[in-house]
Order: sequence, then C-alpha cells, then structure tokens
Amino acid sequence: MSLKQKTQDLKKRMREALEGGGDKAIEKQKSVGKMTARERIIALLDPKSFHEYDLFVEHAAKDFDMDKKYLPGDGVVTGTGSIYDYPVCIYAQDFTVAGGSLGYMHAKKITKIMDHAMRMKVPLIGINDSGGARIQEGVNSLAGYGEIFYRNTQASGVIPQISVILGPCAGGAVYSPALTDFVFVVDNISKMFITGPEVIKTVLGEEISMEELGGAKVHAEITGNAHFYSESEMECFEQIKKLVSFIPWNNTRKAQPFIKKEPKVKEYQIDKIFPTNAKEPYDIRDIIRAVSDDSDFLEVQELWAKNIVIGFGRINGDTVGFVANQPLYLAGVLDVDSSDKAARFIRFCDAFNIPLVTLVDLPGYLPGIDQEHAGVIRHGAKVLYAYSEATVPKITLILRKAYGGGYIAMCSRHLKADFVFAWPTAEIAVMGPEGAANIIFRKEIMEAEDPEKMRQAKIKEYKKKFANPYVAAAYGYVDAVIEPGETRKLLIHALDISHDKSELGPEKKHGIPPF
Amino acid sequence: MEMTQEQDNFITFVVHTAKYRTLSTVKYDKRTAWHKKDEGLISAFIPGNIQKIFVQEGEMVCKGQKLMILDAMKMFNNVTAPFDGVVRKIHITEGLKVTKKQVLIELELK
Repeated sequence: MSLKQKTQDLKKRMREALEGGGDKAIEKQKSVGKMTARERIIALLDPKSFHEYDLFVEHAAKDFDMDKKYLPGDGVVTGTGSIYDYPVCIYAQDFTVAGGSLGYMHAKKITKIMDHAMRMKVPLIGINDSGGARIQEGVNSLAGYGEIFYRNTQASGVIPQISVILGPCAGGAVYSPALTDFVFVVDNISKMFITGPEVIKTVLGEEISMEELGGAKVHAEITGNAHFYSESEMECFEQIKKLVSFIPWNNTRKAQPFIKKEPKVKEYQIDKIFPTNAKEPYDIRDIIRAVSDDSDFLEVQELWAKNIVIGFGRINGDTVGFVANQPLYLAGVLDVDSSDKAARFIRFCDAFNIPLVTLVDLPGYLPGIDQEHAGVIRHGAKVLYAYSEATVPKITLILRKAYGGGYIAMCSRHLKADFVFAWPTAEIAVMGPEGAANIIFRKEIMEAEDPEKMRQAKIKEYKKKFANPYVAAAYGYVDAVIEPGETRKLLIHALDISHDKSELGPEKKHGIPPF
Repeated sequence: MEMTQEQDNFITFVVHTAKYRTLSTVKYDKRTAWHKKDEGLISAFIPGNIQKIFVQEGEMVCKGQKLMILDAMKMFNNVTAPFDGVVRKIHITEGLKVTKKQVLIELELK
C-alpha cells in the first residue's frame, strides 16, 4: 500500500470509530436534548484545540457474546485540549455506545487520561453520561470504578478536578464526581443517585421520579452535591470556562493574573447597599461586587445553604476566594450545611494558593433540635479546622455582627488571620446585646419595678459599651478599623503585602479533619 | 426560636433573643419537627413484608424477645421487644407489606 492508501485506510478507520453508536443512538441522544460526547468536548474547549486519544481502543469482554460486538472507543472519548489557552485533560462518556457503560477498557481509557493529567499537572474535566457498570464485564467494571476513585483521591489538591453530569450517573459511579472539586449539573439532563427510583420502589415501596430523587435542582439546592447549576449544556460549558479562568492549573502555581479592572462603583455603592442596623438584611454579594474587579463574582453552590456565600472574584487582577455570611438568608447563621459548604471551599482555596477573603456578619449558630441532632458540632468544627489549617493569605473583614463562636469561626485573628479589618459598624462581642444584657443584668432586671424598661436600658448600656469594634481593637484582635469606602484599597494592599507568604505547619502525615 | 410571616417573604428570625429580618431557604422550610419517641410504639425501621408474627395480643413479652420477622433489603430482620411488657395491640398480619415508620405493634410497660 502506498502512503496515500495507508492514509485513506486510517481515515476510514477513524470515520467508523467516530460514528459512535450510530445514527439511531445519536438521534435518541439528541431527542432528549443532549449533545454527543464529541460535540460536548468541542463546545467546551477552545476551537480546534481538542486532540483525541485511544480512538481505536476496543473492549475486552468475552462473555455473553460480547466478543462479537464492536463498541467504538469503548464508549468514552478522551484527550487533551485547552480552555482560554489553559491546558486541560478531558474525557466524556459516550452514551450512544452501549449506554456509556463502564467496562474494563473504558475505565482504562479514563485512568490513562487521569494519569496523564497528573503527570502534566493540568486540570481534569470528566463528562459523565453513563448507564453505569457494564454488567457483562462483571467484576472488571467494579475494578474500573475503583481505579478511577483512587486516582481522583490522589489527584485531589494537586490538580483541579471538574465533573460534569450530563446524563445519568448512578450507583457507584457517583463517587467519582463526589471526590472531585466541582460538580456541574444541568436541569432535566443530570441525574445522580446511589439507588434509583426502581430499586427504591421495589425495596421500600416509595415512588419517586428520577428528577425528584436526584435531578439537577435537588443536588444544587438540597443535597449540596452539585456546585454549579444551569438550564442548558451550553450554559453549563460557559460556567466551566469561567471557573477555569479563576483557578490555577495545579497546586504549584497561582491563578493566572487577569486584566485589572475597577468595580462598577455606580451599581455597587457600599453606603447605599449596607444597612447599619444589624437586624436589617442586605445581599452580601453586593458588597463582594463592590470590592471585586469589574464587580465580577463567580458564586459556587449558589442555591445550596444560601446563608453563606462562597465563590471567586479578583482583586487587582488576582483571584481570591470569598467566604461571606449572607444576612439575606436565615440572618446569615452558621449551620450544618453552611459549615460544610464553607469548609470545603476554604480547603480548595488553600490547596490551590488562592488567598481567602472572609466577610463576617452573623448572629451565631442556628439554634434548633434538628441542627443539634444533625451534628452541628462536628460540621461546625470543619470551618474552624479549615481556617486554622489554611496557610494561604487570610484576610478578614468584620462588617457588622461577629458574636460568640461565630466570631471565632469566621477566620478570626485567633485562627491566624493575617489581616483583620473591621468597619465602624462592627459589633464584636461574646454574644448579641439582647442576650448578654439578659444574663449579665438578670438580677437588676428581675428586681426592677419595670423589668422591661430596665431590660431595654441595660441592652442599651451593653450595646454602647461592647457592640463596637473598639474592644477587640484594644486587644489587637482587629488590626484596623476602616471606613467602608477604603475597603478595596486595603484589600489590595493586604494582598500585595502577603504575596509571598509562606507558612509551614507542624510536620505530619495528614490531619484528621472532622469529616 | 419563633418565626412570623411578613410581607415580601421576609421572616422574623430570632437568634439568641435578637430579631432579624431575613429570607428563609427551601431546606429550612422543609425541616421536620422533633417529637419525643413513644418507646411502646414498635414501628417498621425499614419498609418490607411481615414474614412471621410470633406473639398475640395480651401476651407477656421479655426484653429482646422476637416479636416478628420483617422481610426487607433481602434480609429477614428480627423485630424484638425493647422492654418487658404486654402486647397491647397488633396492627399487622403475616404477609402484609408495610411502609417505613408504620406502627406494627403497641407494647405496654409492665
């Protein structure tokens, strides 16, 4: 054969493999509003940047007449490419080929690209769209999952790992996304659960639809398994691109600096957004936008545990991770979910050299039997652990309330914040004035002729004396009380100063966080 | 903690006697109230089928005694008496499919 003939043969082979599951299966995929695996990769990556590997991999199953079947690429597409010129490794399960089921070689392709991502130290993106284990391949399917989970864990904190759920992801398969840093879901397309509606119906007699059990909304709003929710695959890809632009390629780098831009001060004027009365709500995200470059803020887990806000922004071109109590929801209390949400994010930022900016305005922990019984002690401890452990620059700004345990937990000086700033409206105290006055002046209030009048007088007295930033400032727990208008300037300065911060904790194999 | 509905979906949220104006969340609204458990009400800890009943109404039972077998999750699960007592009422029959938390037997402390 001549080179031309050989090339033609190659092209023919490629064409066959690229057909995936064939027209019928592709049509079915499209009819439910889904793109094919390669379309997804092309839509997500920079134009013409994708290079596919292992296109000619074939499955290794022999039993149940599987040896007579040809499964192009064994149901998964793998390769490398770039997003905004960031190098990435990517795989996408191809539902049109045997339902994207995971067999021995399918898993081998995935683990191969994972190993590649680890060696090259570039982010890994996994697009999940699979019916689950390929039953015909038996224990080899299970082995495949196990090998993936092991690599997810080894890669954790070394390279960013992104999971995109664009189809079913059930049973053991859900644990790969769960081990990765960010999970993206799309309404009506993503479905995640350990045991599906069928099994639940048979075993438990409870009827529920897939969407109600483990749809995108459920994971974005109720379980917290998902970090980004969107209504279409294209919107989802835009979110992924944006996220990638904010984070570094690996744990030895910093995020790529971006063009410096001033916040949109007209839309986000602090004195218009911010009520000084500590009981009144406002949207803390407006404060974040008021200090961030271009007022651009990428919120993570926007719909879950809304009483705390986490996400990425930039200050003077550099990425920072914001952790902020949200007075708009549940008065911004810490509870089981918000603690989980914050703690994981803090650890991500710490692992990937992203400075933490903490905005404090909370009345404390959420009281309630359900909270206590759900383990708010161990969940709340995660926040303390994550902040104490973090060695990236830690900048804390106390806006209004910082009471009791909540004050300590929100990256206080005592957990080794590098900078603690407070606005003059800050109230840093062992507890809120009402509660404190009731305890300290209990006797006076009880014995007074008009107890209510006395109570109000004592609350006022306590407020005047302690509901301010100056007591904490007098001990040096607050470095500077600043005018709100100066905030961005000081954040820029603090980040400049701490650019080369390096801190090593005590030598250990690893800590034991209160998981 | 108490809550009262206000205009614009804002609620009054009380934390340590201080009242805050704020919004609620889906999950917070869905939380279930806590109830003290009646130890005498033996209910299904898992949905399943009543495979066999070993006791009758009025019968004395000792702590740990097998009351019935609940077939669930591919297992024959023993349902036992949590204390010494008398079977006051049996709500199920053999072969019956029961849901989670369904009351099976009422015991009276003796």
